[in-house]
Amino acid sequence: MRIDLTDTTSSKINKALVQGRRAIGTPAVGMVLTLVIVTDEENAYDALKAANEASREHPSRTLVVVKRFSRSPRDRSKARLDAEVRLGADAGTGETVVLRLYGEVINHAQSVVLPLLLPDAPTVVWWPVNGPVDPAKDPLGALGQRRVTDTYAAEQPIHELTARSENYTPGDTDLSWARITPWRSMLAAALDQLPTKVTSVEVEGEEFNPSCELLAMWLADRLSVPVKRTLSAGPGLTAVRMETADGPIVLDRADGSLATLCMNGQPDRAVALKRRETSELLAEELRRLDPDDTYASALKFGVDRLGAVVEKAEAEASKTGEDAAASETKPAPAKKAAPAKKAAAK
Amino acid sequence: MSSSNPLRDAQDRRLPRIAGPSGLVIFGVTGDLSRKKLMPAVYDLANRGLLPPGFSLVGFARRDWASEDFAQVVHDAVKEHARTEFREEVWQQLIQGMRFVQGDFDDDKAFETLKATIQELDKAQGTGGNFAFYLSVPPKFFPQVVQQLKKHGLAEQKENSWRRAVIEKPFGHDLDSAQELNRIVHEVFPPNEVFRIDHYLGKETVQNILALRFANQMFEPIWNRSYVDHVQITMAEDIGIGGRAGYYDGIGAARDVIQNHLLQLLALTAMEEPASFDADALVAEKSKVLGAVKIPKDLGRDTVRGQYAAGWQGGAKAVGYLQEDGIDPKSKTDTYAAVKLEIDNRRWAGVPFYLRTGKRLGRRVTEIAVVFQRAPHSPFDHTATEELGQNAIVIRVQPDEGVTVRFGSKVPGTSMEIRDVSMDFAYGESFTESSPEAYERLILDVLLGDANLFPRLEEVEQSWRILDPIEQYWDTHGKPAQYASGTWGPVEADEMLARDGRSWRRP
Repeated sequence: MRIDLTDTTSSKINKALVQGRRAIGTPAVGMVLTLVIVTDEENAYDALKAANEASREHPSRTLVVVKRFSRSPRDRSKARLDAEVRLGADAGTGETVVLRLYGEVINHAQSVVLPLLLPDAPTVVWWPVNGPVDPAKDPLGALGQRRVTDTYAAEQPIHELTARSENYTPGDTDLSWARITPWRSMLAAALDQLPTKVTSVEVEGEEFNPSCELLAMWLADRLSVPVKRTLSAGPGLTAVRMETADGPIVLDRADGSLATLCMNGQPDRAVALKRRETSELLAEELRRLDPDDTYASALKFGVDRLGAVVEKAEAEASKTGEDAAASETKPAPAKKAAPAKKAAAK
Repeated sequence: MSSSNPLRDAQDRRLPRIAGPSGLVIFGVTGDLSRKKLMPAVYDLANRGLLPPGFSLVGFARRDWASEDFAQVVHDAVKEHARTEFREEVWQQLIQGMRFVQGDFDDDKAFETLKATIQELDKAQGTGGNFAFYLSVPPKFFPQVVQQLKKHGLAEQKENSWRRAVIEKPFGHDLDSAQELNRIVHEVFPPNEVFRIDHYLGKETVQNILALRFANQMFEPIWNRSYVDHVQITMAEDIGIGGRAGYYDGIGAARDVIQNHLLQLLALTAMEEPASFDADALVAEKSKVLGAVKIPKDLGRDTVRGQYAAGWQGGAKAVGYLQEDGIDPKSKTDTYAAVKLEIDNRRWAGVPFYLRTGKRLGRRVTEIAVVFQRAPHSPFDHTATEELGQNAIVIRVQPDEGVTVRFGSKVPGTSMEIRDVSMDFAYGESFTESSPEAYERLILDVLLGDANLFPRLEEVEQSWRILDPIEQYWDTHGKPAQYASGTWGPVEADEMLARDGRSWRRP
């Protein structure tokens, strides 16, 4: 069911939630967390849809905060809060409140959200687009112990990664990081099967896709070897090549769904590595609510150092010529990412 | 696996446990269990990215199929029964490792073909010689199959690879037959490479019993004879025996359910805290508590068995057990069994554990109800608490997994009246399609070699030690009581509890 409230307050919304629950006959609530989605009108629909799907795994109260910017200075000085309360079939397995903020209250969104948080249960704040530079210092971000951004949706993803690393606070995380979990898991499994020393790595993927940088930084951080980031047409990540003492290990995914794992002395094997939906990424994010130290460590490795190591590796490669075989199949545009304005965020 | 892998880190909780290179051989692959549970579980695991690249699935059965036919059957089974959505690329990954071997269990040639198939898979798919043999066949074939595996060198544990056997219940029909079965299997496979599947232990809620008890502070202090009045463990089915007459007649509800599922639930409910959450520590505690189980002195008084008679179950007419196809009209097989057990230790002395199971009961439900004593003193007068029952914590295992707490609460109004209310926790994951099936978890654990959720040899034998005297008594005394289908069992069962001044919960 839906209850529309115009020019309202948080306490009226709370009342409507209780009323709604009574009306549909389910006064008990087993919700495990509050998910706050901070977005604009344009992205609200998709974000809410993903959140509702994720709520099947994590029953939650979802608060969508939509900031509506007014044109005239007179409207901007007026404050108004509209809310749409959805319960039951309209809200996945939990409850949803879409909050529309007008005028001055835009700058005080936390005052609207705070009374609506579930008691005791953890709070997660998610910015599908336009995440703040410092999520933990953001007034809304400060309410959550988990703050989820999506660097992929940023205009300059690589710059944003650097900013994220400078402002990292435990509890920060990014959907670009969640995107590469299957890759990381498969690469770790490959090294389980062939325990060997990795000497260098190459990560290949489309431009302006921060997942490639994150994967490269994670590998560099864990393996302490030179990691080179190269470009391809995509979709997304396309290949990871690890040079090892026992020959190369290559995980290659040209079509965005079915990958091939090639290892020396072992047959080539097909591996399903589909690019996942936002709802699946979000469900993964919500599974663990403690700080993701591995993400922090990878992020703090730094995109710049990645570049520096690449240059060093290239210098070494040209000196010894040993790595030539690994890079000859590549277009190898040794360019530093100079991100132009991204055409489409998604 | 290798702790030296630099990409593995205990801190990194996102990385799932992926099984190492391996394959699964299913004997009796044309059976119901295989089609409805095993194949979908394998697909679901692959879909969740938990199977290693190159994972192989080999079917072994009498049917004259080519590998393509087998793949088609798996495909249909997966489409119909898998929990997760069908995705072509996952299927493409799986299909490359699918093989079918046709033959009888006494056919040496077929086992040679199986051996060749496994070697071929090691080369083509890189399974590394690691294979689990899932015996989804009636127990009478176990000796033959394991002997054949031994004869053709398929069960040999080589360095850096493993061979495991997975067996399903029934693990024998009494202590002797269970020991015989264990002897046969362990002659070929070492004890730590034999996995007995009790799919109940793979359920999230059953694992949650341990979390509830040992991760919390508020339950354990009252989890003993000072506060608990009694415990009821129920597993009820609303269906009859269906087409399983041949299997069921002569086995009965007690052997089919109490011996494994209910005694395992009892062990998890009653055991002391294990030193750690690993297979050895768990089996130690479970064995201890099963060893302390005492059966009633008067078996006629404190055990009840029944057979469902004709009646109406949930609006459909149901025939009685003795009228089912393929059942001897004079059969004494129990379709309902209830027993009262006590546990002789400091924690539980004097607290009865009532176990019951049955077919064609009111509805399908499995639950553990820990019922507490009444408050020793009540400041409220008798009329105020007339309708107040005993407090209870109910762990609902299936369906609608969760935990219910029952306690008294004031009825709104001007007079003081206290009545029972329920506080409910629906298991967060239960209302999602993405809650893993028990078989998924168990198959993954077999491939990983993690034995936490599998009953060990000792536990199986101890369970039979508990049940054997009861079965022997039943064989020589009287016959099962009749109960109408769709009810909660024979009146004798109600009388059994009434004698103790208690009553069964209506689950």
